[in-house]
Amino acid sequence: MRQLSTKATCNSHGQDSSYFLGWQEYEKNPYDEVRNPKGIIQMGLAENQLSFDLLESWLTENPDAAGFKRGGESIFRELALFQDYHGLPDFKKALVEFMAETRGNKVSFNPNHLVLTAGATSANETLMFCLAEAGEAFLLPTPYYPGFDRDLKWRTGVEIVPIHCTSSNDFQITESALEEAYQEAHKRNLRVKGVLVTNPSNPLGTTMSRSELNLLINFITAKNIHLISDEIYSGTVFRSPGFVSVMEVLKDRNCDNTQVWNRVHIVYSLSKDLGLPGFRVGAIYSNDEMVVAAATKMSSFGLVSSQTQYLLSALLSDKKFTKNYLSENQKRLEQRHKMLVRGLRKAGISCLESNAGLFCWVDMRHLLRSNTFDAEMDLWKKIVYAVGLNISPGHSCHCAEPGWFRVCFANMSEKTLNLAMQRLKAFVVDSTAKLNNHHSSKNSKRKSSPKWVFRLLSRDCHRDRESDER
Amino acid sequence: MGFMNSNEQELLSKMATGNGHGENSSYFEGWKAFDNDPFHPTKNPQGVIQMGLAENQLCFNLIEEWILNNPQASICTPEGVNEFRDIAIFQDYHGLPEFRNAVANFMEKTRGNRVRFDPDRIVMSGGATGAQEMIAFSLADPGEAFLVPTPYYPGFDRDLRWRTGVQLLPVVCESSNNFKVTREALEAAYERAEMENIRVKGLLITNPSNPLGTILDRQTLIELVSFINEKSIHLICDEIYAATVFSQPGFVSISEILEEEKEMACNLDLIHIVYSLSKDMGFPGFRVGIVYSYNDAVVQCCRKMSSFGLVSSQTQHLIASMLSDDAFVDRFISESAERLESRYKFLTCPLAQVGIDCLKSNAGLFVWMDLRHLLKNKTFEAEMELWQVIINEVKLNVSPGASFHCSEPGWFRVCFANMDDSTMGVALNRIQTFVHKNKDVRNPIKRKHWNSNLRLSLKSKRVDDIMMGQSMRSPHSPIPQSPLVRART
Repeated sequence: MRQLSTKATCNSHGQDSSYFLGWQEYEKNPYDEVRNPKGIIQMGLAENQLSFDLLESWLTENPDAAGFKRGGESIFRELALFQDYHGLPDFKKALVEFMAETRGNKVSFNPNHLVLTAGATSANETLMFCLAEAGEAFLLPTPYYPGFDRDLKWRTGVEIVPIHCTSSNDFQITESALEEAYQEAHKRNLRVKGVLVTNPSNPLGTTMSRSELNLLINFITAKNIHLISDEIYSGTVFRSPGFVSVMEVLKDRNCDNTQVWNRVHIVYSLSKDLGLPGFRVGAIYSNDEMVVAAATKMSSFGLVSSQTQYLLSALLSDKKFTKNYLSENQKRLEQRHKMLVRGLRKAGISCLESNAGLFCWVDMRHLLRSNTFDAEMDLWKKIVYAVGLNISPGHSCHCAEPGWFRVCFANMSEKTLNLAMQRLKAFVVDSTAKLNNHHSSKNSKRKSSPKWVFRLLSRDCHRDRESDER
Repeated sequence: MGFMNSNEQELLSKMATGNGHGENSSYFEGWKAFDNDPFHPTKNPQGVIQMGLAENQLCFNLIEEWILNNPQASICTPEGVNEFRDIAIFQDYHGLPEFRNAVANFMEKTRGNRVRFDPDRIVMSGGATGAQEMIAFSLADPGEAFLVPTPYYPGFDRDLRWRTGVQLLPVVCESSNNFKVTREALEAAYERAEMENIRVKGLLITNPSNPLGTILDRQTLIELVSFINEKSIHLICDEIYAATVFSQPGFVSISEILEEEKEMACNLDLIHIVYSLSKDMGFPGFRVGIVYSYNDAVVQCCRKMSSFGLVSSQTQHLIASMLSDDAFVDRFISESAERLESRYKFLTCPLAQVGIDCLKSNAGLFVWMDLRHLLKNKTFEAEMELWQVIINEVKLNVSPGASFHCSEPGWFRVCFANMDDSTMGVALNRIQTFVHKNKDVRNPIKRKHWNSNLRLSLKSKRVDDIMMGQSMRSPHSPIPQSPLVRART
């Protein structure tokens, strides 16, 4: 008899994807300025490490939150016992106010409609359990965060059908792409329950335009399906156009308390905006009471530690702090973004124009030996091994076109970023020369494209250190 | 909440709109009574005393003292803030190595250092709740089943079944032999499953037991291992009450059996332990759940699944620091056991004097109280009636055996570690008063009419599903309001 479940033995966990394999390579040979200066620089990690000093100084000024105290009195017992899945009221209040703040206070949120979860990973999975049966589908615009394959599909049995977006219009969602995806689902006999978008986008780093948002609302209204807006990067928008949340557009359209109002749900987290992925703070916001009720009960499987709720409730209630943090953090992100873009340009590489996120969507199509995903893989292997940069290949994000890569910029020091850019430039110069030689060579018999056999994956290595990374 | 139109019903999943969350169980009903009228020594001395909550509140002073003396354990204090950044970023689902080491160390100590635990087999989860679900997802497909001895913790119905589609099949245990799990009962349950074409993937045991408060003796454990080995099914051992054992006989963990009974040649790939700090340490709010498996593939799978419920790194850091303090841990374990024993005696001795017996137990945060002699008749309806009396007249929230799928009516779980001494004293007084008042009444307690706006719904479809011969009719028809019932254990 098959000993384990099907879920345990299949690979719907998605971790055989190249996205995660690059990390294994990084783990084996990580860059360190002193101890391993030739190691691989991690640029596949969408972390925000730029503003810890702001958090640290808040902590030193606020000892109570640190020491399980309120007004100098110990509340340890209260916190240690607090496992109410409704969450700490003060924390939810502070969190919805923070969410409103990152939306320029153009929308407000009701804390009773917020469900706390163990990270956005858990939030997304929970929403699938609430909105779809196994075998039903959600439409997702490509390229999308590779982790969705696990988060949305693995244990839920829900399918993802891609909405293909292309570089021809900067990967924006079009009406025809939506319809095509819907029809595709139909062809595959999959009932579509909704659309899930990430706004600001991972991996594109762009915010959705109002017209895209309106398009989506029209579409889900017509099809009578859900819209999930994963807005975990909303606080990372560092340049205009500013962030427009789907809630704002709904409000502008006077959709409050209509049917469609109840079918739009937001996923949030503090992992990107505050740079606290370790604390596992995620949230679902829904106007539908049934969804809130069901998701709340499901959150039992992944509540936020009360210790963490308490700390963050104090942090986020300090409005002076949050205002300063958001603006300072955005400045630093912008500056770092500029650095990356400049560095890439010096290497003759452009990227999609972006105004948010912790990464750039980089165009390396001109470095491919052919317009294929095989060639993309080859290029990626070179970048990981020869150049020593772990970046994420577009294929792992289900991009429809080969040659695009996600490159992170907020998880390392400036010095390291500069070094990465130098390495890249050297590589480009070198490989451009080689490419020219190759083209001009008379014996340009093409080698057959090597099958992508990723020997990097040492299966006997038990320490697959894949983290929850976006 | 009203009715959903069919349109809306289709928009959400069956999981979301159904009752799989199990919160309509009677187990939770008593809490509404408590929530509406909670006891407070000065502000509401006539209120309902909560004895349905298996929490360990007896040793917080020890922990608070430790925290005061160890500011570096927090990443937010001046002494600890230099680690803030690294911890805040840490989301590796392997967990902090020092956390795993400290948990392994604690698990070893609570088993008298008679076994070793490999920190690399420790997988995090969102509390034991998350651990149980994760194990179910890993071991069984929808429609497959686990056997579970009755009576058992009501939350299992949700944790192991709701989102997984796995079934729970009871292994009936009876008071005639103190609810021990017998080979006959196991075989009967297994055969029943076979007859109904249900594939059994494993056996779930809780040791020490909730709600019984007893430990599984060595012989029984060996029998269980022999059973699962023979059938080649998994054994999931929920050992979350391991450190609450307060008197002899001592706790025997499944890990010890594996260690000692090597000639049984048990297939280690079948053995998994669920652990948590919620009961042993009294930290349910921190959501520290653990899956420990002897099966490599299960460790790998669960580790990936743990992404859905990792322990906050802030908490991992605190726990790592606390549980690697050997002197503190040793003192805590022994002091906690002493206080639990003392509280246990404080409750059970006076009760015995008024003719109320509890199953003899030596662990857990509760007693399994025998009130069969107070039942009008031997039915679950009578048990419900008695329960209503206990809640509304005696003003104690206790948990009726039916909600634990007990096969015999008249048993109640009564928690004793979630209140201070004086509240326990009040509770005892109330019980004694109640017993004296009804002493002369030869007939068992009749349900009295009360003027109450407590809308207790006694529907418990879940219980019916499982095994109850008696149907449980609700004397009150109204459907309860949209329950904002808190997650309770």
